[in-house]
Amino acid sequence: MDVITRKKTLVKEFSPMLEKNSSLFRLWIGALVAIILVGLYAFVLQVINGHEITGMRDNVVWGIYIINFIFFVGISYSGAFIAGILHFFETPWKNSVLRIVEITTILSIIVGPIFILLCIGRLDRLHYLFIYPRIQSPITWDIIAILTDIIGCFIYLYLTFIPDLAILRDSKELKVPEWRKKLYTFLAIGYQDTPTQRKRLHKIIKTMSAMIIAMAIVAYTVLAWIFSLTLQPGWNSSIFAPYFIIAGLYSGVGVIIIAMYLIRKIFKLEKHIKKSHFIGAGIFLLVLALLFGYFTFSEYFARWFSHKTTDNQLLDTMFNNYFWEFIFANYIGVIIPIIILFFKKLRTIKLITFAAVIAVLGLWLNRYLIVVPTLETPYLPIQDTRPEFIYYTATWIEWALSFAGIAAFFLFFTLLIKFIPIIPMSGIIEQEFASRNKKDKIAENQE
Amino acid sequence: MKINNTEKKATNRRKFLKLGLMSSVTVVAGTSIFSNLRSEEEKEKTITGEKVRLLTPEGKIVEVYEENINKYPEALITPIESKIGIPNRKFVMVIDLAKCKNARKCVERCQVAHKLDKHQEFIKIQLISNNEEGQPYWFPKPCFHCDEPPCVTVCPTGATFKRDDGIVLIDNTRCIGCKFCITSCPYSARQFNWGHEDKFDDKSQPYSPETGIPAAEGTVMKCDFCPDLLRQGELPHCAKSCPMGVIYFGDKNEDIVTNGEETVRFSQLINDRGGYRHLEHLGTKPNVYYLPAVNRQFPLERGFDIEEDIKERYKDVPYVQELKKQGKI
Repeated sequence: MDVITRKKTLVKEFSPMLEKNSSLFRLWIGALVAIILVGLYAFVLQVINGHEITGMRDNVVWGIYIINFIFFVGISYSGAFIAGILHFFETPWKNSVLRIVEITTILSIIVGPIFILLCIGRLDRLHYLFIYPRIQSPITWDIIAILTDIIGCFIYLYLTFIPDLAILRDSKELKVPEWRKKLYTFLAIGYQDTPTQRKRLHKIIKTMSAMIIAMAIVAYTVLAWIFSLTLQPGWNSSIFAPYFIIAGLYSGVGVIIIAMYLIRKIFKLEKHIKKSHFIGAGIFLLVLALLFGYFTFSEYFARWFSHKTTDNQLLDTMFNNYFWEFIFANYIGVIIPIIILFFKKLRTIKLITFAAVIAVLGLWLNRYLIVVPTLETPYLPIQDTRPEFIYYTATWIEWALSFAGIAAFFLFFTLLIKFIPIIPMSGIIEQEFASRNKKDKIAENQE
Repeated sequence: MKINNTEKKATNRRKFLKLGLMSSVTVVAGTSIFSNLRSEEEKEKTITGEKVRLLTPEGKIVEVYEENINKYPEALITPIESKIGIPNRKFVMVIDLAKCKNARKCVERCQVAHKLDKHQEFIKIQLISNNEEGQPYWFPKPCFHCDEPPCVTVCPTGATFKRDDGIVLIDNTRCIGCKFCITSCPYSARQFNWGHEDKFDDKSQPYSPETGIPAAEGTVMKCDFCPDLLRQGELPHCAKSCPMGVIYFGDKNEDIVTNGEETVRFSQLINDRGGYRHLEHLGTKPNVYYLPAVNRQFPLERGFDIEEDIKERYKDVPYVQELKKQGKI
């Protein structure tokens, strides 16, 4: 079987995903758009009325916006890290999951920073960050790191798209609108899959994959520093940067497993996304759960054991007001995935996905517990009579915008899947050829 | 031929690296030149204007540029001056905790002067104690105007800045409202304008970082040591209004502080009375010193002669609960 016919069969296999728009699909898109519209309405209300309509006040000045920001950037960081590792070490089974990882990476780095914008009191002055930058401020570092990360991830994602875009451009049978064909042609930038082109592309992707690992680590470290460089008792911790990196990986792998599960179910890709992928990702999640649990334990154990007054006050807040959240985030969110993933018998696709869901939810709560209780426990006790100034509760505006962010993530994901096959076709071909060459070589040797 | 090729490749790579290096250097240089040019332009503006003759308080006639004339009597100085500070001064505050009885005159006067709402307080009076055994004491807490201000370090736009005279101010026309300064201040000295208020629209007084009026929505504000009064040789509102003379204010360079009634040497006051700074171990080097609450002039209960609403603030302090049980308050 030569390459061209194989390409054709692959396009045929994946074309239902690209061509068909079922009514269920339309409903799904409609629902997502509706959630985003509610979010937009909330945003307009926030712009008109100011931040007064959020739950944030003078003590807890950062709420779930910042939490979502760290959460999404963490997912992106971990996606970049995993994609980079898979590519750089040329993992054999990487192909089926690689695009899921890459799309997760790029979409969460787009959605994440939107949340930080929601947290800014004067959006009309956003450009001041570039007109009057102060390089001493960790926020400036963060802007530089995240912008670099976004650009890097975009380039990387695009590079990995090129061979498939070329295949789609060349397949005349594909029933898609004219504008999409034109877009494929434009985006494929004349890639003809010649050996030299292929070699060059491989080289560039490999370089980029190493670079995005570095960029992701820098970006997430700087994000952790926004907290750990302050004097706040709950934040000023030297392990915050590595802790954030592990936590980011933990949530990111969780999200990727959930995405794998959904995509496999919806598009019936059992042939490509196999149980071995889930087990591979599950074991990685197990390692991360252990590491994350270890870091969390170290962080809180040191605080509890040395019992400085301020640390004690923080732990008091945590256990008096956030007891169940703490239990869920730092016990259940770690122990349940460890139990599921540790025992071979429990490692089924459904249970691994369940462990991933627990991990992701637990991690979001863990972020909440890092941000909110710390701000509720300043050095000088809060002496106020207004409850909203003492305790933070997110208002519907903040929740609406949070869900709008999640919906936007899903919407972009769905649209991207419509545009390009979720399993890289070029990768499949490459893999087949590589294995055939290997067989040939073995056969030759035997002769 | 092959050797040539590799050489060519190598030079190409070198060229590329050079280009990358150069372009990044250009970007950095460009921004700095750009910002320098801007400040030069500002300087030029003052030079090209017309001159006006004025009579000084000493009776001399001087010629000044029109741009330098203050059209508003309230704002005493130009925005550029307000960022530099009052020359040769190093302002310092000393709060005598032994004399404070929570009269709240400092808070009220400050609120009037800075056009603050009922619950917005640049100087807060907290009820804290040093340890479980010690009786709590009233603790007036303004901004500490630290010499190592964490808020200034983290500000991404330079909206909050440290002046040569030691005062930390906020330029609310520059502030983007990221609130990073609020989270980084260990003393909770900063407040945010969460929503729109009518007073923000009152433009009868031009904005100056020295007065902080009018405040703006979505920006941060805090105690400013009243530099507009300092320029006129007056004490800040809180020091002026305290009936007990709790708040001393002065100049570290001259080694003098005064509460309006008595003027004392700053160093002597601190040495004789065991002056200290709150949370010294954080290394922020505050410019507000406290004299410990020893030999107190008033029993703590006297401080509860206040509005019910404000009394409620201290309900969680164990000593207050005890006093309530005894029926003393």
